[in-house]
Amino acid sequence: MSQALDEVKIGGLGSSRQRVEDARFIRGRGNYIDDLKLPGMLHMEILRSPLAHARIISIDTSAAWAIPGVRLVLTGEMAAQRNLAWMPTLSYDTQAVLATDKVRFQGQEVACVVADDPYIAKDACEAIVVEYEPLPVIVNPIQSLAPDAPLIRDDKEGQTDNVCYRWEVGDKQGTDRAFAQADHISRLKLHYPRSHPSPIECCGSVADYNAATGKLTVYMTTQAPHIIRAAVALVAELPEHMIRIVSPDLGGGFGNKVPVYPGYVCSILGSILTGKPVKWIEDNFGNLISTGFGRDMYLDSELALRKDGKILAVRFHADTDQGAFFSDAQPSKFKIGLVHSAFACYDIPVGHITARGAYTNKAPGGVAYRCSFRVTEAMFFQERMIQAAAADLGMDQAQFRRINLRRADDFPARTPFGFLVDSGQYHKCLQLGLDAIGYEDFKREQAQARSRGRRLGIGISTMTEPLGAGNSREYDILGIKMFDSAELRVHPTGKAILRTGAKTQGQGHETTWAQIVSHELGIPADDVIVEEGDTDTAPFGMGTYASRSTPVAGAAVSMVARKVRAKARKLAAHLLEVSEEDIEWELGRFYVRGAARRGVTIQECAMAAYTNMPDGMEPGLENNAYYDPPNLTWPFACYIATVEVDPETGVWDVLRVVAVDDCGVRINPMIVEGQIMGGLAEAYAMANMQFMTYDADGNMIGANYIDYLLPTAWETPGFELHEVVTPCPHHPIGAKGVGECAAVGGPAAFVNAVMNALEDTGVRNIDMPVLPDRVWQAIQTGRDVSGVPPVRQD
Amino acid sequence: MYPPRLRYVAPKSLDEAFAVMAEYGDDAKVLAGGQSLVPMLKLRFASPAVLVDINGLSDLAYHRAESDGSLRIGALCRHVDLERSALLPGRYPTMAAAAPQVADPIVRNRGTVVGSLCHADPQGDWASVLLALNGQVVVAGKDGRRTISVADFVVGPFQNSLAAGEIAVEASVPAAKGTPYGSYLKLERRVGDFATVGVAVAIETSGLQISRAGIALTGVGPNTIQAIEAEQALIGQALEPDVIARAAGLAAGAARPRSDHRGSAEYKRHVVETFVRRALSSYRLAVPA
Repeated sequence: MSQALDEVKIGGLGSSRQRVEDARFIRGRGNYIDDLKLPGMLHMEILRSPLAHARIISIDTSAAWAIPGVRLVLTGEMAAQRNLAWMPTLSYDTQAVLATDKVRFQGQEVACVVADDPYIAKDACEAIVVEYEPLPVIVNPIQSLAPDAPLIRDDKEGQTDNVCYRWEVGDKQGTDRAFAQADHISRLKLHYPRSHPSPIECCGSVADYNAATGKLTVYMTTQAPHIIRAAVALVAELPEHMIRIVSPDLGGGFGNKVPVYPGYVCSILGSILTGKPVKWIEDNFGNLISTGFGRDMYLDSELALRKDGKILAVRFHADTDQGAFFSDAQPSKFKIGLVHSAFACYDIPVGHITARGAYTNKAPGGVAYRCSFRVTEAMFFQERMIQAAAADLGMDQAQFRRINLRRADDFPARTPFGFLVDSGQYHKCLQLGLDAIGYEDFKREQAQARSRGRRLGIGISTMTEPLGAGNSREYDILGIKMFDSAELRVHPTGKAILRTGAKTQGQGHETTWAQIVSHELGIPADDVIVEEGDTDTAPFGMGTYASRSTPVAGAAVSMVARKVRAKARKLAAHLLEVSEEDIEWELGRFYVRGAARRGVTIQECAMAAYTNMPDGMEPGLENNAYYDPPNLTWPFACYIATVEVDPETGVWDVLRVVAVDDCGVRINPMIVEGQIMGGLAEAYAMANMQFMTYDADGNMIGANYIDYLLPTAWETPGFELHEVVTPCPHHPIGAKGVGECAAVGGPAAFVNAVMNALEDTGVRNIDMPVLPDRVWQAIQTGRDVSGVPPVRQD
Repeated sequence: MYPPRLRYVAPKSLDEAFAVMAEYGDDAKVLAGGQSLVPMLKLRFASPAVLVDINGLSDLAYHRAESDGSLRIGALCRHVDLERSALLPGRYPTMAAAAPQVADPIVRNRGTVVGSLCHADPQGDWASVLLALNGQVVVAGKDGRRTISVADFVVGPFQNSLAAGEIAVEASVPAAKGTPYGSYLKLERRVGDFATVGVAVAIETSGLQISRAGIALTGVGPNTIQAIEAEQALIGQALEPDVIARAAGLAAGAARPRSDHRGSAEYKRHVVETFVRRALSSYRLAVPA
């Protein structure tokens, strides 16, 4: 009998296999959008509006046309002739491609130039003369929703105010009744500031329209190539089979590369009009000032509490600042993403949420920045409210959570807002985190330090979040259901190629998908190559965002490998000359029941599929699978941070961070840990330093990496990681999404820690980023720095 | 980056550089570390007709202590050279404190001290440090050399007193006459961020008495600010708590901060006071034998 394969050794499930994509990335041999050079390629540059709100009186492009090397100067008027001055957004709104009537945010696309090289294109943009008539500027929902506010979207028929949506969910009457019976009501007003996904590679495209064949190929930075193909087919009125979208290596996405941006459309139009390939490479300024931001939500929330600590009900109202166009990338049925996943980990009987979106003169596109459609805001608000409520009741924050967290035998359970949470060991995770940080010891140390004038604090954040949209009943984007797909082809020698409808942008799909194949078939992971991002070759999928790849595409990989194994079993029966029912499977090998020595490997089956198939069997060994998940996956996390606040300067330093993540079965533990650390770094940045703000004139403060801060290794604290494994009950290998957990749940741990350090000052909230001056101000005044738009005060 | 069209010259000698500078006058820009100039070119905030790259003039890559105790810093001395220098600790404590706090390690590898002075950014660290130390800048052109005090060299936000055709070739710090103590305290939101508040303190003592005092402020006004009244309040005094408190208050009064995304004006003023107090309180004066 042959020795059974060691799954970890062949790179299967649980193997911390090195990332195969890194070999080319760290050697500079990746193939990013700007690496692409096509014969005769021209270069495009965008002219952006310097003003946040202004009527366009005139655009004079004559000086730009006169510069040698300029091939095309495109304005909104010219785009309108092709019906392309406006485009649909992913939230059923419209967005200007190139402004025709007025500009509605600083940085908006006004014109573009296509030229022989990028220098000429940039020079020519500067030669375009635009005459503007400035209009009153709106930079927050308070201004936007005021009765006499100027109308931003006067282009929309029937739009009489600046409200872009209203939404509500839950049981209002039941919630009101529960509040009437409460011993105590905790209230908190918060703002989650505007942030930016900030991928290291900005957006870009190379559009190549071949007039001879009629085929349009667009190489572009997209996390969702198939959605783009469908959108281009609809917007540009080209037949879908004549459109090929190729997403090459991506230098990060974080949600920023889900939407369709004007630059992509202009490069396509530029290629059609010039007959040449047109390259558009966005710079950091353009990326920060115009592309999809995250968050920017205001919350007014209440918890109804019984005096023993039991939460009776929750209600909140959220106002979102959408910018000039409602272009959130989110499932169609939901206007404020999955914000109603708030409090899913707590056993709360009833709740009610209302939400409203406001148009403002700011950049559009509330993308799901490393989160599953606004769950970041939901979980942050949830955990800030939990801490405030515990403090209001004078109750220990860990104990308050113990009273309200769902128990391991409570599943499945329906949340008051309709989600079905299906698994988790919340109390075990919390206790593991408390033990790891040394909770009781820290509280003693904190009390001692306090008596010597030092301020220490500890913050906890516990949450479960809905990752992995679909299912297709509830989740779609522009009507296309949120399933995903995989296609597996095993070659005669047992090597294989796998393609999926997802699109890696740093997550390591090329490594982990091969591990799933390895787990299902026993083929060494090194023998499986993974390819994504080309709509001509990849099966139709919805792309990668919202931590959905492993829950959906990863499940499809499992399912397609099982289909292949089913055929291989028939081949094995043929080779072993027994009936299929007498065949047993162990990793990488079929054998005859009761005669384990008589067996064939999966590789031998593969060869037989091409050389020795039974009569009547179709040759080849390949299949595809479309996977529609029965539910979302529900990872749980407990993050705990300790800090010391310098009350004189308001500066706070992180002492320790403990993370306990339960994301079900881990495919590649190293990659999972990398995702958690990256998420915690982003969480720390959001809590500590990061926000995009605007002055009263709508000038963006932070359209560069001097003012908009990304954390570096210098100030980012170290993270201590722990794990609990509760397999997902419906995923084929028990995995849950994880890529975003730490960025979602992390911020509240840091803020809660600072607020805990200030608990005796009477201050209940300081909005993020918890900048030193805000901490100092709160201590000085004994008042919250809360729920206010962060406009620069110059 | 796609800057406006410009000429690039890499002279082999200072004389060659002076000739190009003389030819182009105000339209010439000297490229040393490039850590401020290159971003300005990229953003097209600067559009010089010619870039005079002096990186080949290796004679300018020095810093040395002279026999009289003064410190001389050539135009190609990088921040990192001072950060790692064995000359600074003890003898030039304010310089030693500031060097590792300038920008981030990547910028420190390329950026130069003299270039930072020329850039005259009110949020630049070296201008405050050299102002507190009564430093000087040597500038040269085809018509000769002259020495300008840093106070007269860094004249305004992003303005220096270089004449057309001149190149700043050296910065210098005079020798301490007493026992030197010094600090550079900087509040930044993140490593590499511009200072929300920076405070350079340099004192010299004779016995327990302060014989010279320099206090300069970064990032809290349209210019680098010398807190003259605070300095004067220290001269002839011992480092007693009331003296320290008075100097700290006067320094805060000299600050002219604006509220912005780094903090409110009130807060920045408060931090100036806190930092001056913390700096002065940290010195353990050597008791004369």
